[in-house]
Amino acid sequence: MDLLAIIRIAMRALARNKLRSSLTMLGIIIGVGAVIAMVSVGQGAQQQAQQQIAAMGSNMLFVGAGTVTRGGMRMGWGATKTLIYDDMLAILRECPAVQAAAPGSQSGAQVVFGNDNWATQVNGTEPQYFDIRSWPLAEGSSFTQDDVNMAANVAVIGETVRKNLFGATDPIGQTIRINNLPFKVVGVLTAKGTSAAMGNDQDDTIIVPITTLQKKITGQDWLRWIMVSAISREASYTAQQQITALLRDRHRIRPGSDDDFMVRNLADMADLADQQAQLFTVLLASIASISLIVGGIGIMNIMLVSVTERTREIGIRMAIGATEGDVQQQFLVEAIVLSLVGGAVGIMVGTGASFLITQTLGWPVLVSPTAIGAAVIFSMAVGIFFGFYPARKAARLDPIEALRYE
Amino acid sequence: MATISQPAVPPITTSDHRVIIQVEDVHKYYDLGETRVHALRGVSVTIQRGEFVAIMGASGSGKSTFMNIMGCLDKPSSGRYLLEGIEVSQLSKKDLAAIRNRKIGFVFQGFNLLSRTTAQENVELPTLYAQVSKEEGQKRAREALELVGLGDRMLHFPSQLSGGQQQRVAVARALVNRPSILLADEPTGNLDSRTSVEIMEVFQKLNDGGLTVVLVTHEADVAQFAKRSIQFRDGKIRRDEPIVNRPVAAEVLKSLPTLED
Repeated sequence: MDLLAIIRIAMRALARNKLRSSLTMLGIIIGVGAVIAMVSVGQGAQQQAQQQIAAMGSNMLFVGAGTVTRGGMRMGWGATKTLIYDDMLAILRECPAVQAAAPGSQSGAQVVFGNDNWATQVNGTEPQYFDIRSWPLAEGSSFTQDDVNMAANVAVIGETVRKNLFGATDPIGQTIRINNLPFKVVGVLTAKGTSAAMGNDQDDTIIVPITTLQKKITGQDWLRWIMVSAISREASYTAQQQITALLRDRHRIRPGSDDDFMVRNLADMADLADQQAQLFTVLLASIASISLIVGGIGIMNIMLVSVTERTREIGIRMAIGATEGDVQQQFLVEAIVLSLVGGAVGIMVGTGASFLITQTLGWPVLVSPTAIGAAVIFSMAVGIFFGFYPARKAARLDPIEALRYE
Repeated sequence: MATISQPAVPPITTSDHRVIIQVEDVHKYYDLGETRVHALRGVSVTIQRGEFVAIMGASGSGKSTFMNIMGCLDKPSSGRYLLEGIEVSQLSKKDLAAIRNRKIGFVFQGFNLLSRTTAQENVELPTLYAQVSKEEGQKRAREALELVGLGDRMLHFPSQLSGGQQQRVAVARALVNRPSILLADEPTGNLDSRTSVEIMEVFQKLNDGGLTVVLVTHEADVAQFAKRSIQFRDGKIRRDEPIVNRPVAAEVLKSLPTLED
């Protein structure tokens, strides 16, 4: 019997029990739909994380003050005082893979405007910081190198700070008080959102000249961090090595001892975020796969019922010349048709759901062809796997018994 | 592999093309746990091409078992069964299916048509398993249905047909692959007496056309339409004799009152 005829017979057999067939398919539809939707969500999240990291400046490196141990107590990152402004100048001078660098220090502060106040992070740096982080201003302008040289009381505020202090008021030119010192707001940064790599609100910040922060707020002359951009994304690994070697040398760290600073490569963070997103995707997909297996069991169940119900038909077919192989094929094809049609509808449902979910979350829409291909193959495999036993059972029937079956 | 299907003893009767069924000392027993049920205890029979044989006997006489062996649905426990000179008891399940498909046409008591499938498609069914093209299968199905007088009911479903018409569809299905022999197992068991005679008329007509017909029945007035009767009792043949003065079903029908619809 040719395959086309078998498929036609299978279709007709399934069409005889429309409600039952569609309910059986529903299991596969949900399974395939869930796998596709979940993989799409996972990949959308991955893409989103990548875009956020790229927005941070893909060739960026973060050099942070390191940890120190005092009397057995490890003080955590940023506790050392060894990272200084001269280190930054040395990095710019001696590391060829480095393009630009900005020094930084920070302090928590209470900021007041009018009747409103807000606790936030005040960062001190130099104007090139905004370029290195590729962080444009939404309004106003950055402070200048002159402001740095004069330790001027000027500030650029993040979107979260603007929202909380100013609301509908135009902040440019207004005066805010940071730890009771008056600062003139010169610019507002564009919103960057929550960092995918670090999980904090990047817009909850105020940026002032580093000299102003060191001399007027913290009274410390060391740096908490240096933001560096490499000449290219590929060069960021070289830059990391060069900076590490240079700083170890400058800080006179003996071979074998730990660094008193840390260098974070954004490419590393991107990889880390990628790994996390992939783990997330695999996790979602595996949960969704379970529903596909449950759907397969539904198919097996219905096929077993169908074999019992159609025992007489099987007997007739065998009596008029169907071989065991013919009977087995017929039921196997029925199971595969069930799962494949279910798979096809599931692809549509899954794709629709992916669009809906990603639209709602504002993520890039990513319906993965791999996921669709895998879903088709997987649903077919489910049909074969769960259809095999019932088909075998049908083929093994004794025609005499089957013909007598009531 | 091919040598296995060759019987050790050369078939005696292959030269005689008139012999279609040759059964030699066939036994059949079923082991039911401790006890052994002997359904056939040494049956030997030869049926020639063109015969019309009625196999009779009470239930439990072994006639159904014999029918199943003749129809290649079952294998004898011992003894030989040659169908058109082929030793059937040695064949694989697959080869037996092919023989059922091409050499044997079955008609059952309960019609055994596929419901929700038209008469035409029911009749086509055996051609699907016979490497026959779709067009050829449809053509043969039409011819077979016309032969049994149902040319105008081809697209009816079994539920839309009377019992006699359903049995005619079953006969057409049995004929569609042009078998050497038609095996009918209680074909009139579910039919009233007039319809029974109608079916016998069909069988007589087919037999007149040269088809070998073997009919299993326990009704003497159905068996009388055959040419030869074989009586079974306790797994053995008790009597094997030609039927004299057999009635012609077509004539009998004329004398029967027509039932009002």
